Amino acid sequence: MRNDGEEMKRVPILDLAHVIRSKNSGPYELTFDIVFKDQAGYRLAVASGILTAELFARLYGIGVDQVLNVVFFEEARAVKATIVRPVVSGDFGDTDVYGAQQHAPLLAIVFPVARTPRG
Amino acid sequence: MRPNDAANVTRVLSPTAILGYGFPVDSLREGLRRHPHVIGVDAGSTDPGPYYLGAGKAFTDRTAVKRDLRLLIEAALSEEIPLIIGTAGGSGGEPHLRRDLDLVVEVASELGLHFRLGVVHAELDKPRVMEALRCGEIAGLGPVPELAARAVEASVRIVAQMGPEPLVQALESGAEVVLAGRAYDPAVFAAVPLMRGCSRGPAVHLGKILECGAIAATPGSGSDCLFGSLDGESFEVEPLDPGRRCTVTSVAAHTLYEKSDPLSLPGPGGRLDLSRTSFEQASDGKVRVTGSRFVPSDGYHVKLEGVEKVGYRTVSIAGCRDPFMIAAIDEIVEEVTRRVHHDLGMDDDKCSLRFNLYGRDGVMGELEPSRNHVPLELGIVVEAVAPTQQVADTLCAYARSTLLHCSYPGRVATGGNLAFPYSPSDLPAGEVYRFSIYHLMAVKDPCELFPIEYVEL
Repeated sequence: MRNDGEEMKRVPILDLAHVIRSKNSGPYELTFDIVFKDQAGYRLAVASGILTAELFARLYGIGVDQVLNVVFFEEARAVKATIVRPVVSGDFGDTDVYGAQQHAPLLAIVFPVARTPRG
Repeated sequence: MRPNDAANVTRVLSPTAILGYGFPVDSLREGLRRHPHVIGVDAGSTDPGPYYLGAGKAFTDRTAVKRDLRLLIEAALSEEIPLIIGTAGGSGGEPHLRRDLDLVVEVASELGLHFRLGVVHAELDKPRVMEALRCGEIAGLGPVPELAARAVEASVRIVAQMGPEPLVQALESGAEVVLAGRAYDPAVFAAVPLMRGCSRGPAVHLGKILECGAIAATPGSGSDCLFGSLDGESFEVEPLDPGRRCTVTSVAAHTLYEKSDPLSLPGPGGRLDLSRTSFEQASDGKVRVTGSRFVPSDGYHVKLEGVEKVGYRTVSIAGCRDPFMIAAIDEIVEEVTRRVHHDLGMDDDKCSLRFNLYGRDGVMGELEPSRNHVPLELGIVVEAVAPTQQVADTLCAYARSTLLHCSYPGRVATGGNLAFPYSPSDLPAGEVYRFSIYHLMAVKDPCELFPIEYVEL
């Protein structure tokens, strides 16, 4: 974080991103995509520094070791994170075979950004 | 001579995301007007879960698949270009291949069409997999337990995911239509470009984008066409419906879809490296992609997918609107579970009982972070899995009736604890499978696991 709370404003993820989704990446992994509306929003989110394995671990109540990666993909204005599925797709105890409805906790992400946009 | 052939452009038509999902006939016509060199279509996915591979059933509908096949076979033969279908019948095992083979034969006979069909098999014998396991030729793929001999023995069906090489072999042997078992999704699109001398990087990357049809366009759709043109080192993609466009974002974002790392995409024989790929808007609706590279792996590996049978499932669906019952639901479920174990002597090694609570954490299970609200309604799915359907029926029925009439603190509604939407309340759901093999196997020859037979129709 680059600054203290006084000089930061808080930008909800839905102001910046227009795709927030989850999906299987094979039966053993669950992958999240956040696609930003424009380059400015993407850069703002990346620069906030909060999109880390620790954030995804906290949002889903899992260990950081269960977060396989967080990848930034500038061409697509997207950030992607992949976690180990707690239950393999279709195993007894699974609740979402396609993994398509696990995105809701991401909707609560708020980016702290500097109040004065920098050049 | 067709346009651009002199410039060595290879054109590829993808009609739909999955054979049977459909496409507008106008889009197909628009695609044919551009003289594609091949029509490729993916017919399957592991997304619908382990049941379909295990039970040997297709998740796609027979009538819908036949409609698509009829249009595509007719189009390919009239244009004298190959039609390549991958992951036949949804999972690409023998029964799945047979289902789609029957449909191809029916279409050919109904339309009076004659052609050479190549059928590429992808189901593996257990002894072949055991031998590979003994020789240390099998490795895990991602967060998957190491493969044990027991898992191979217990599996009911194992398929291997072919790369483009067996498809090329079938085409070189004169097949006009190729129907393949389990195939790497991009393979059906990459085979002809590779035969025509395109580099593997752009050929496979184009396949990655075409595999879901117009999902990579905006507005996206899994039931419309997408068209690709390769000129050796780079390629362009465009939709065929005038209401859609491909944009840099729609195409680049699709590269993320269902993948864990968008810059490094492993597949048969190596990985696609997109770290130096650039996307640019070539014209309105058309995107040009350059710099995609294929990095061959040390040895050729194919992915294996296998499932084992767990038992049989019975479910009962009910709802609850009583605030006292909802407040006490955890204790109630615990007590009902205890009663089922005690009264029926349920064997925990062989049987499982679960109460999935919609309105609480029915969708997200243990990943649900929000646990401090009391829902107005609760949807309850009682699920029993057991070695036979009869035992599963018994466990589910006993759990359901116990839950219906059990007492709990503050109970005022003594007419029954559950609202059942259906009669009968209990639904036998049949066989239950689980993924047990999701591993890589080393092969000497990319074609060795995929025998091809030819049928003259």
